[in-house]
Amino acid sequence: MMQLLRDARLVCAKDLRIEIRARIVIAQVLPFGALVLILFAFTLDADSSVLPTIAPGLFWITVLLSSILAVGRSMAIETDNGARDGLRLSAMDGGSIFLGKVGAVVAELLVLEVLLLSGTFALYDIAARGWLALIATSLAATIGIAATGAVYGALAAGAKVRETLVPLLVLPVCAPVLLGATKAFESALHGRSGEAWPWIQLLGVFAALYLTAGFVAYEALLEEA
Amino acid sequence: MSTTTKNAPRRSSPVLGLLVFAGIVATVVMGLFIAPKDTVQGDAYRLLFMHVPAAWLAYLAFGVTAIASLLYLVPRTRHLRWDYLAGASGEIGVMFTALMLAVGSLWGRPIWGRWWAWEARLTTTAILLFLYLGYLALRRMGGSPEQRALRSAVAGLIAFVDVPIVHFSVSWWATLHQDGSVFNSKMQVHIKDPSMQFTLLLGVAAFTLLYVYLCIRRMQLLELEEGMADRELQAAIDDRQLGVVSGASSGASQADASANSPVTI
Repeated sequence: MMQLLRDARLVCAKDLRIEIRARIVIAQVLPFGALVLILFAFTLDADSSVLPTIAPGLFWITVLLSSILAVGRSMAIETDNGARDGLRLSAMDGGSIFLGKVGAVVAELLVLEVLLLSGTFALYDIAARGWLALIATSLAATIGIAATGAVYGALAAGAKVRETLVPLLVLPVCAPVLLGATKAFESALHGRSGEAWPWIQLLGVFAALYLTAGFVAYEALLEEA
Repeated sequence: MSTTTKNAPRRSSPVLGLLVFAGIVATVVMGLFIAPKDTVQGDAYRLLFMHVPAAWLAYLAFGVTAIASLLYLVPRTRHLRWDYLAGASGEIGVMFTALMLAVGSLWGRPIWGRWWAWEARLTTTAILLFLYLGYLALRRMGGSPEQRALRSAVAGLIAFVDVPIVHFSVSWWATLHQDGSVFNSKMQVHIKDPSMQFTLLLGVAAFTLLYVYLCIRRMQLLELEEGMADRELQAAIDDRQLGVVSGASSGASQADASANSPVTI
């Protein structure tokens, strides 16, 4: 068990080190997310009260779209230079590799969310409150999205059509996350944090389910890819 | 061995095919001409004779896909046949989910006054359709049959597990958003007339047979497609060897020409 977590931490640290050196997520995915937030405002009447009302939904759609890019990047670093073979030869358990990769994507997405959320508050003129619920929602939803993304990223690994296939696979599966996170944010921002918790529980169940599925299946997927 | 597997289903298929055809024709006749007009919905309710069996078939098909995926993943029962079954069933499921949504929309227009309602069951079904469209796209990804089978088995199970979560979250969301009872009360169609009941049962039976028929046919096709690339390659190699042999006897220029011929054959 300890070995498992140690291996997971190794993989996670490796992915984050690559990210810190290459700065793909910060220099490309984050600007993409910010751009989406701004473009949303263009399609809606910026002066009306529409933006603050639907801001939670827009924020989570932005996160979901950005996460597709982050997951793609997470898989791409294994594809290049035959890194996947290195992982397979490392004698690490597939489950720990999965946890490590999810951990790295979660860390990247959380940074992204903090920055995008600040942007949302500023751009869409929202007063932040219900912090505890906001943080719990973000954690649960992000783990769910990252776990789903890692599973499907591994499923589609090695395919020429990976870039177009992963969104089609991940987005419908993540529909409950989008719904739950949006509803939880709405409740929290309207000062009704109590209503957010059932949704957060749903997000937690989703995250646990896909973490388990990925943990079990990753070894086989890594072998086959 | 290969001849028996090829011939056995081919012999039984026409009977099943005729049965399916008869069942569908009987359902059409019953549904359009014999079942009486509904007092509230008029003729529009007749769409349910197609909608309900299509919905049943879609769930049946996705259920079979999930079970076949599971059977492939269990090492003791691992066989490519389960993968063919999962693929065939998934395709049929997608087709009938789309049909169910389309027919439902046609019915919703006169009865609800709109094509679509953001109601829990509808929204879940729409997401279900996209889940399995993704599944089918993943199947077409390429790679060896074993690679495809493993990936799609995992994806098939994940999609199946996701359905209850989607349904749960969406119904929660829909009840928060709008009065669900408006649609629920209208979606309940109380069928009391015996000929209506019979037609509905007949439709379900006919569609179930149709599912079995399509599934068998599609599995055969998938199995044949699998070996196609190998067989074509073998045929091309054979052709080329023949060409080289005949070309060597009659000069180099002919050998060059025959080198291109397998591509066109």
